[in-house]
Amino acid sequence: MVDGTDDLTDLIALMAKLPGLGPRSARRAVLHLIKKRGQLLVPLADAMQRVGANVRECLNCGNIAAGDICNICNDDRRANGEICVVEDVADLWAMERSQQFKGRYHVLGGTLSALDAVGPEDLRIPRLLDRVTSENVTEVILALGATIDGHTTAHYIADQLTGVTVTSLAQGVPVGGELDYLDDGTITAALRARRAL
Amino acid sequence: MISWQDEGAVLRVRPHGETSAIVEVFTIEHGRHVGVVRGGISRKIAPSLQPGAQIAVTWKARLDDHLGSFTVEPLRSRAVNAMSDRLALAGLNAVCGLLAVVLPEREAHGALYAQTVQLLDLLGQTEVWPLAYLRWEQALLEDLGFGMDLSACAVRGVNEDLAFVSPRSGRAVSREAAGEWADRLLLLPPVLAGKGDATTPEIIKALATTGYFVEHRLIRSLDAGRVLPARNRLLDAIQRSE
Repeated sequence: MVDGTDDLTDLIALMAKLPGLGPRSARRAVLHLIKKRGQLLVPLADAMQRVGANVRECLNCGNIAAGDICNICNDDRRANGEICVVEDVADLWAMERSQQFKGRYHVLGGTLSALDAVGPEDLRIPRLLDRVTSENVTEVILALGATIDGHTTAHYIADQLTGVTVTSLAQGVPVGGELDYLDDGTITAALRARRAL
Repeated sequence: MISWQDEGAVLRVRPHGETSAIVEVFTIEHGRHVGVVRGGISRKIAPSLQPGAQIAVTWKARLDDHLGSFTVEPLRSRAVNAMSDRLALAGLNAVCGLLAVVLPEREAHGALYAQTVQLLDLLGQTEVWPLAYLRWEQALLEDLGFGMDLSACAVRGVNEDLAFVSPRSGRAVSREAAGEWADRLLLLPPVLAGKGDATTPEIIKALATTGYFVEHRLIRSLDAGRVLPARNRLLDAIQRSE
């Protein structure tokens, strides 16, 4: 039992719900915040308040934005006719880290799943179809996970899109990967997608 | 501690907490069985737990009615074959989806298991897969107590000119016996009774008949209509493959 006020107990209970934290690590984190009140606790509370007030989903692409429209959608230099479709914002950030893609994104918010009753209307697929026509898109890059659900979603989207080039990310050996540690599915995919040197 | 070892095909994987997964496996001796796989959504294990994958499992629990945990070892992946082909992908989703909702838990279905593994191994072979799926769906209905009797007419006992199936009894009805009731009966294409050419249009007709029993007898009674879109996408893919 924590000695202190109900506020502290509430804070610990909320922190314990964060990914990677449990009740014990939440207690440690809260104690650390209290010890570093000036450097951490107050700035963190301010930052969280600002994020809570300003940050929301971009109305255009589903990315996280500090307004109605995100920076990427607002940037005219990124209107190059390419849209990269990703499952969630974490995937968008991963693509941005690579600094290779210069177009715009579309965040679906999940993948189709019959068993979990996730249908096209539960994802941002209708909005994607609207964007393809309204933004003069020439290529849609499907950067969805190499999973059964990811590919089911990719095929569904490809079926819905007409008049644009639809591509998907390649599959194969990861950079730095050793064959001995790869599963047979990845090796098969890599072998099928081999190219001449 | 209770423990057993078996082999089976993965039907469904759901995340459990931050690192684990709840996995449903269709096993040889223990039927559809659920268990927790520790670290099941890790980069190392997740590729082996895609629906349709063949795995060896060890299940352990303190009591028999506990959820228990699985230790898994991959045997063969079917994901690559499925993901590279639209029909195979739709087929895999339909098969795993149906099995996950209609099979009772912890009840062995040896014959259906064997037919399921055979069907999954054929994934990617577009020419033979639709017919194999039709036979599998007939076996699924048979195994769960809703099999069709297509050997003779339910009204007159004859075994010639059988053209319809009664939606009520699942028995064949001859064209003559059907008479004015024909529009209330389901079609009996020859391919459904193992005769005639297995062309795509005939298979589609046969799947409409089996689909009636799958939907009205199996799925509706279990309130599991959410898997129907997966089956519909398969029918659409079969039609496109013609």
